[in-house]
Amino acid sequence: MTNSINELESDAKCIFLIGTNTTENHPVIGYKIRQNVLKNGAKLIVADPRKIELAELADVYIPFKPGTDVALFNGMMNVIINEGLADSKFIENRTEGYEAMAEIVAKYPPEVAAEICGVDAEDIIKAARLYAESEASSVCYAMGLTQHSTGTDNVKSCCNLALLTGNLGKPGTGVNPLRGQNNVQGACDMGALPVVFTAYQNVTNDEARAKFEKAWGVTLSGINGLTLTKTINKAYEGEIKGLIVIGENPMVSDPDLHHVEEALEKLDLLLVQDIFLTETAKKADIVLPGVSFAEKDGTFSNTERRVQRVRKAISNVGDARQDWEILCDLSTRLGYPMSYNTPEEIFEEIRTLTPSYAGISYARLEGEGLPWPCPTEDHPGTPILHKEKFNRGLGLFHAIEYIEPAELPDDEYPIILTTGRSLYHYHTGTMTRKASGLDEFMPSNVVQISSPLAKANNIVDGEKIRVTTRRGSIELEAEVIDGIRENVIFTYFHFAETAANYLTNASVLDPVAGIPEYKVSAARIEKI
Amino acid sequence: MDIKLTIDGKEVVVPQGTMLIDACRQAGADIPTFCYDPDLKLAGSCRMCVVQPKGWRNLVASCVTPAQNGMVIETDSPDVIESRKVVLELMLSRHKLTCHTCEKDGECNLQDYCYRYGVTESRFDGKVHNLFKDDSNPFIERDYDKCIMCTRCVRACDEITGARAINIMDRGHHAKISTAFDGELVDSPCVFCGQCIMVCPVGALTSKIAAGKGKAAQNDKVLTTCTYCGTGCTLELNVKNDKIVGVTSNRDPELSPVNRGALCVKGRFGWDFVNSPERLTTPLIKENGEFREASWDEALGLAAEKIKGIKEQYGPDSLSMFSSARITNEENYLAQKLMRAAIGSNNVDHCARL
Amino acid sequence: MAQEYRVLLEYADKINPESASDYIKVGGYKGLEKARSMNPKDLTEEVKKSGLRGRGGAGFNAGMKWSFVPQYPETKYVVCNLDEGEPGTYKDRIICQKNAQALLEGMAICGYAIGSNQGYIYCRGEYPFVVELLKNAIGNAKESGALGEFNIEVRMGAGAYVCGEETALIESIEGHRGEPRFKPPFPGVEGLWRMPTVVNNVETFACLPFILTKGAEWFAGIGAKSYPGTKVLTLTGDIENATYFEVPTDYLLRDVIYELGGGVKGGKKLKAVQVGGTSGAFIPPQNLDTPIDFDSMGAIGAALGSGAVFVMDETRDIVDIVNRIAKFFEHESCGQCTPCREGTFHCKEIMEKINNGRGSLKDIENLKVLTRVMVKASLCGLGQAAPIPITSTLTHFEYEYLRKLM
Ligand SMILES: Cc1cc2nc3c(=O)[nH]c(=O)nc-3n(C[C@H](O)[C@H](O)[C@H](O)COP(=O)(O)O)c2cc1C
Ligand code: SF4
Ligand code: SF4
Ligand code: SF4
Ligand code: SF4
Ligand code: FES
Repeated sequence: MTNSINELESDAKCIFLIGTNTTENHPVIGYKIRQNVLKNGAKLIVADPRKIELAELADVYIPFKPGTDVALFNGMMNVIINEGLADSKFIENRTEGYEAMAEIVAKYPPEVAAEICGVDAEDIIKAARLYAESEASSVCYAMGLTQHSTGTDNVKSCCNLALLTGNLGKPGTGVNPLRGQNNVQGACDMGALPVVFTAYQNVTNDEARAKFEKAWGVTLSGINGLTLTKTINKAYEGEIKGLIVIGENPMVSDPDLHHVEEALEKLDLLLVQDIFLTETAKKADIVLPGVSFAEKDGTFSNTERRVQRVRKAISNVGDARQDWEILCDLSTRLGYPMSYNTPEEIFEEIRTLTPSYAGISYARLEGEGLPWPCPTEDHPGTPILHKEKFNRGLGLFHAIEYIEPAELPDDEYPIILTTGRSLYHYHTGTMTRKASGLDEFMPSNVVQISSPLAKANNIVDGEKIRVTTRRGSIELEAEVIDGIRENVIFTYFHFAETAANYLTNASVLDPVAGIPEYKVSAARIEKI
Repeated sequence: MDIKLTIDGKEVVVPQGTMLIDACRQAGADIPTFCYDPDLKLAGSCRMCVVQPKGWRNLVASCVTPAQNGMVIETDSPDVIESRKVVLELMLSRHKLTCHTCEKDGECNLQDYCYRYGVTESRFDGKVHNLFKDDSNPFIERDYDKCIMCTRCVRACDEITGARAINIMDRGHHAKISTAFDGELVDSPCVFCGQCIMVCPVGALTSKIAAGKGKAAQNDKVLTTCTYCGTGCTLELNVKNDKIVGVTSNRDPELSPVNRGALCVKGRFGWDFVNSPERLTTPLIKENGEFREASWDEALGLAAEKIKGIKEQYGPDSLSMFSSARITNEENYLAQKLMRAAIGSNNVDHCARL
Repeated sequence: MAQEYRVLLEYADKINPESASDYIKVGGYKGLEKARSMNPKDLTEEVKKSGLRGRGGAGFNAGMKWSFVPQYPETKYVVCNLDEGEPGTYKDRIICQKNAQALLEGMAICGYAIGSNQGYIYCRGEYPFVVELLKNAIGNAKESGALGEFNIEVRMGAGAYVCGEETALIESIEGHRGEPRFKPPFPGVEGLWRMPTVVNNVETFACLPFILTKGAEWFAGIGAKSYPGTKVLTLTGDIENATYFEVPTDYLLRDVIYELGGGVKGGKKLKAVQVGGTSGAFIPPQNLDTPIDFDSMGAIGAALGSGAVFVMDETRDIVDIVNRIAKFFEHESCGQCTPCREGTFHCKEIMEKINNGRGSLKDIENLKVLTRVMVKASLCGLGQAAPIPITSTLTHFEYEYLRKLM
């Protein structure tokens, strides 16, 4: 997030939610947004194919077709430009690339955008005005925006909108991705990515590499690595022979699970480090028991970049070991000795190599935590990014055309399947399905379908139906609801036994970020 | 503007608009409260916090009465003490006194104040209402026979979570907390955030997941960060005999900067996977398609040997690693360091996009 | 003296209460005209000077109340309390039925003084015919142009006694549970929809036209000095003339019963009289020579309240009556604050026990402690006043209790 969570409770005067079911996936952020709307009268715009809970409170609700995000943004920007609602001073002083963007956007008057998105042009106009005219507007998104073959375009469009209206660098504004998992932000910050070291220092950059080579005392590869989805494909093709998986469950979380399964089976070595025997661990050659968050010391970085402490509450379970100790031991056995006494020692090393974390120490994290960048010991942390300038100096507009989702409905697969999370479960269910209350409350998956669609297919609420895509099919209980577009169906991906990802598409990825198109698959449904 | 008043003979200076309760606390008087919650709208209804302004006919509830210049306040006059005692006795008269089995035993306001004012029993013959709600939800126990009608749960549900699942039903002595049609929480807009449990001053609302595992007052509490979504809520793991027995939350914004004590159902009730018998407790090696237990030395030795073998035969880029969005920064750092420095490949990623 | 002095009810049954023109014929709406010729501040001063005090029970100086309303907010409200939930009280109904236009005029005068264009009348649920009457009267007044810009809406009450309490009444108009708010903030500062609001009783408003036409001095000169004017009383119980009267406020209670009231029914002896409604004190015969005004009543531990006078003859069972009153309050407590919610319940329980001959001295002791705390610590007037029938009878009629103990 460019801005901090608590700004959504008070500073933001208009909140635009797109592709985030906030009350289910980031519930506490959802509470804050709701209170801001109810108590302070903040304006709310919700764009989502499903009528999510917050849509009930929204000033404008836009139930657009999955995958048409860019058209929606362009349509809104078209209105903003034509009605003179753009922040020309901000554009002039702080951005570049406006002309090229405006040229593309001119092709998307609200009527055109509305046609593509399958919504009312009036709603696009209303949303554009609300967003542009409010004193401080914040746009928040989650996987609903990014998990598309055009995910990167979607995010860039979202930034365009904020730049166009000067909604950056001030309290209550910003472009605010809500990260799904507790430490996605931290994992990225720490360089658990194929192209960067910590703090996004490129592995292809000689200077950066030299710095890490010096610190680590080895020569490092300057070739970009493989993303997760590409790794699976390469494993399938036989080029990847060994895979180490730490606390991940690709056998449920990755797209096209039949494909994943075959890929993992081809490996010479699958080493899994986890706290449960996950669907992935079951496929492993060697399984190493790590420990849960309750058993470890360390830090997590949340979606607003706030680095916070994790504190050990109990001893390791059984013979399990601290994950960092396992890594040290393995590394040492690989001929590269690593040894630390405590996580704090590791953190101290991180600081020396990670400019944005340089000023953070465990001592300073007692209390409120610190949002990075925090370059020095006396720096207070940075709750709001881009206050005076952007990282690259000027904010860059991107000229983006709308591209259709990779897999569109056709005669054989006439429906759009989209996937997501429930309030009561988390990711692949590894933890939540073993949490007694959550599992009792929601023991199995459902597929949500609109009443007209159900009627057309002669399906009643609670009936088991088969959902099929080009990848495979699963059987699920139908939940007939009103708040969903007529030809869209929705299911959760937490449940290994009815994993939605048997249905999703791994062959088309976002060309830049490598994100699979979880939110749009062509599907059909059948009575059983 | 500052104003001056006298509290229990001490002069205090407070800003205009300060409530008496804060002025009294500033003067060192420990004012007992039930319905007062600084994060919620004021109710002024339990009447436990009453004090005596000199020259006034009646007592006033200090939590809702603004301090006035020149006021002379007594916080423990005989009338004040008598009132508080009677209020406690009135509460006891409808309260199912089962402290010995109560989860709240030891950190219950009712218990504490009865102790403080020496109230052992009520002079008023009680009628415990049989309001216990046999609610089928797996998270929250609602024993309204212990409810003292402070309405903090109602306000927290509305003002923190915004669910508006519960409200006051009926009037007078029959007033009670309930969902819209006095039904179960599952049939209401409840999202099982447990904010109501967090604010309940007595044992009327408790966690079913933590029930019987250890009274909260006797548990150690370790402040940490939630393991689920990216919001990064602070919570307190309750520990007893080296086991996690519950989750509570801390409302101090200094300690709980993001959520200020508020949690969601996963954070508050989703912790017992930690104790699951299915946890992995020893390394496993697969032989002929079956796992067998192994020592660390054997498992790590085998892993290292295989990795080295692959690296030698196919080069470092034939190996890859999925690190995790659920492990710590320190562990992620070591994971990518291992991949890059020990193995020599940049093939490291995690599920950021999934 | 011993006779009525009719001001509010002077034209009772002589004019059509719904008709503005009838009212105007007998001098109506002259007061409003006069008020509007004044500066609002002076108008408030004038009302203050008249000494008019609230007729709804609390006896607060009306002009003083208005003067607390801040000037700056644009939206303010005038609310008329016609909840009249006290059993045995119906004087507000009578005023409406005999002279509704005077009430409307009074509200408009208040509106002008505080800068409000919107009035509400909160009418007791059991008076649907009065709602009709008022709606017609308002329509008629609007048509005649007498009210000018001032609008009045009638809201039907929820049927709960506590909704007569001004802040509960406000909550009820807002559509919430009828629960009193804590004060401060008083309605004058934060009332209906959190805007400054003046709440006055029907009778209070109805006095205003006469104060303006005949002058503050004239009004201040009627009846008791500290509580001038007239008061409409309603007589119920064991009394020959169970009806209503309008009297100057220095009228003696004895004269109310023996002159206007025609004495105790059937010539029986008087045991007690309860003035002011259900929560009024029981007054023993030795205190009958007290004027009915607010302060004189207060001096004998009683209250004028709404002006209901309930007469009990020698055959009445005091404990039984108080037991019934306790039941009434147990039923009417809103349930918000502990002393009243639980206290009214236990008052009823103990009273019942005593009344059924199962009580002990300990119970009387407990009653005394409980009622003391209710009076001192309850949130609103209901809980504070509910124990008064008990405490006043324990003072003056303790032997009736002792007789019933085990
Ligand atoms: C329990 C309770 C019931 C009340 N009922 C009435 C009522 O029915 N009518 C009324 O005018 N005032 C009633 N009051 C008094 C009002 O709160 C308020 O003081 C009054 O409306 C103010 O008008 P006044 O100043 O003209 O008397 C009641 C007060 C309490 C505590
Ligand atoms: S759990 Fe949360 S939503 Fe449910 S009643 Fe309690 S506060 Fe309200
Ligand atoms: S359940 Fe608890 S919080 Fe709610 S009113 Fe009762 S005592 Fe108060
Ligand atoms: S408590 Fe809920 S909202 Fe907060 S971090 Fe945990 S999962 Fe997210
Ligand atoms: S005194 Fe009685 S009526 Fe008044 S607020 Fe308390 S409970 Fe409600
Ligand atoms: S704490 Fe003040 S009235 Fe309840």
